[in-house]
Amino acid sequence: MWKIVKQIAQTGTCSEAAPDIGEENALEASKIQRELLSILGQALSIREVDAGSCNGCELEINALGNPYYNLEGLGIKFVASPRHADMLLVTGPVSRNMETALRRTYEATPEPKLVVAVGDCACDGGIFGESYATCGRVANVIPVDEVVPGCPPPPLEILRGILKAVRRRVQ
Amino acid sequence: MQISELDLEFAVLNAPVPMGFAPVNAEQWLTIASVVHDEGGRLLALWAGAVAQAGAASPEPHDTACMCAAYVTLEGVFWIALPLAQRDGQWIYPDISDLFPAAIRMQRAAADLSGVHAQGAHDTRAWLNHGAWPADHHPLQHNAEQWPQRVPTALVNYPFVHVDGDGVHEIPVGPVHAGIIEPGHFRFSVVGEKVLRLEQRLGYTHKGVELRMTQLTPLQAVRLAGRVSGDSTVAYAWAYCMALESATQTTIPVRAAWLRAIMLERERVAAHLGDLGALGNDAAFAFGLAQFSRLREDWLRGSQKVWGHRLMMDGIVPGGVRVDIDRTQKDQLIQLCDAIEKEVRTLYDIYEAHAGLQDRFMTTGRVLPELASRLGLTGLAGRASSQVWDVRCDHPFVPYNQLQVKIATHHNGDVAARVSVRFDEVFESMRLIRRMLDALPAGDIACPVILSQEASRGAGWVEGWRGELFVALELAGAEENHRILHCHLHDPSWQNWPVLEHAIMGNIVPDFPLINKSFNLSYSGQDL
Ligand code: SF4
Repeated sequence: MWKIVKQIAQTGTCSEAAPDIGEENALEASKIQRELLSILGQALSIREVDAGSCNGCELEINALGNPYYNLEGLGIKFVASPRHADMLLVTGPVSRNMETALRRTYEATPEPKLVVAVGDCACDGGIFGESYATCGRVANVIPVDEVVPGCPPPPLEILRGILKAVRRRVQ
Repeated sequence: MQISELDLEFAVLNAPVPMGFAPVNAEQWLTIASVVHDEGGRLLALWAGAVAQAGAASPEPHDTACMCAAYVTLEGVFWIALPLAQRDGQWIYPDISDLFPAAIRMQRAAADLSGVHAQGAHDTRAWLNHGAWPADHHPLQHNAEQWPQRVPTALVNYPFVHVDGDGVHEIPVGPVHAGIIEPGHFRFSVVGEKVLRLEQRLGYTHKGVELRMTQLTPLQAVRLAGRVSGDSTVAYAWAYCMALESATQTTIPVRAAWLRAIMLERERVAAHLGDLGALGNDAAFAFGLAQFSRLREDWLRGSQKVWGHRLMMDGIVPGGVRVDIDRTQKDQLIQLCDAIEKEVRTLYDIYEAHAGLQDRFMTTGRVLPELASRLGLTGLAGRASSQVWDVRCDHPFVPYNQLQVKIATHHNGDVAARVSVRFDEVFESMRLIRRMLDALPAGDIACPVILSQEASRGAGWVEGWRGELFVALELAGAEENHRILHCHLHDPSWQNWPVLEHAIMGNIVPDFPLINKSFNLSYSGQDL
């Protein structure tokens, strides 16, 4: 136990300030958070859906939970069910074997819902393109509000994408 | 190269690891399987390939097919190809799943993709095709252009095996999981909390990679190879490049080989840091996740600084590597190793001494060595169950031949053993990275790759963090624009997924995430 306490004390707090959105600063982010809260009446809940990714994008979405990005500290959390979610983060070119599951997940998400397509594959099919096995980009299957390009996009870009989508809805 | 008791000469492939190729007939196909099995060898991969593999003049792909297998013995990899003739409108070959249970799913996948059938196989359910394309259409046997643009998707009912009995009920999970992980379906048959049986259904991330490979040029295709499974991008890119370099008789500069190994070991460390944290978390020890995910982030930022990419994607290119390391970067990387290793050692002591954690880890998800060997458990999970194989140690090539890699093994085969192997591998990789950075030979970091005039063949075999990856590559000659005739990329998850079904038996449902994470298998890598 003593060792654990010592390690915690030595580590300190590593959270970084919330990312800028373009020119705006961290203040803006917290403003968005407040706006977000007033619109949704709760913290932002996200359901992640891997619709056929290579798992690279999942690694970076997972990284959002580490103490540097401290997503929960921003009032954003990942939930286990689409029924509890305000937003879907979707990765991968949508494989045909996941097409139905993605549609059903979208339908299960209550309105008003946001969809953010994360990664080159989700934006335009990426290197996998469209084929007998994939439907290509996420927008080919469900409506998409915001795209985050990159292969995979680093955590900060994903965070920017999330905030951008929410802001667009707020305006 | 030869397999004892067998009168078959293997053509040695030009590669840093010993690999040979030979065409066989149906009888030899079976003999080799039993000889390798009796000698304690393993089935590395099984797939339906292109015709050119048999060395025949290439007829139309529609008229003929070819079945391939790669086996590992202490001598190296033996790649065999069995040309198939159509009989009663079907291509058939002898089933080998009695000897190598890992073959079952690979045979089912080959049937879906290429319409080839293992004669006598018990399980003939579709594996990759969930109804998204017609059952009688075999993507690898047809031209991509012939493909109807949009097929209406109908869900097919998958006949899971049911367990009957008093109080037995089923829990279906997935394909959309509760966490941020890849999609797959798990069907648990349970009594109370106890798991009687688990049946997996995968294939949800099938993206048609093998067909897509044939649409890219051999030099471009490395990008796709590096995206078969994102967490193993370095290992895949290396295995693919090794295959291409072996097909083109290219010997890469020594410095390039060292730089590749530095990246590979860094990828291993990154994966283990992530998993060690997640394993703590799955045992309700959130402290572990916070600490290890912080270290992993530092580690990835180190990669970003030097390679310009947090996962080092596209860092390995045919003929060498894309990025060199200068003196300052070298020092930075060594400092990062020192700093992180120190912290991992502290965390190791904490994990070891934490009674609650050890209680969840010990005897959970156990795969005894005997079962591991029978089912062909491989890679890191295999090493935790006394399957002492590691390409880096068994067939050390540059630079591993100068590093004396210490193999990490354990015999308990439980979650604790897999955790222990991961810690050992982190420490060993740290040592290797430091040694390699210190002794990095001077010279070029890449050389040109000249595609051969004639049709050619090559293979790659690399020990990724999850286990050994294998890539088999068939290239056409100049008259056909050097196109990729076939490229099979094999992930160790093929071998290990079925073993996970056994590892969970008798455990309780809440331990599944923990057991699953201790294996951390790839979906994308095996769904292809
Ligand atoms: S965008 Fe890149 S990292 Fe993400 S799923 Fe596609 S290939 Fe993988």
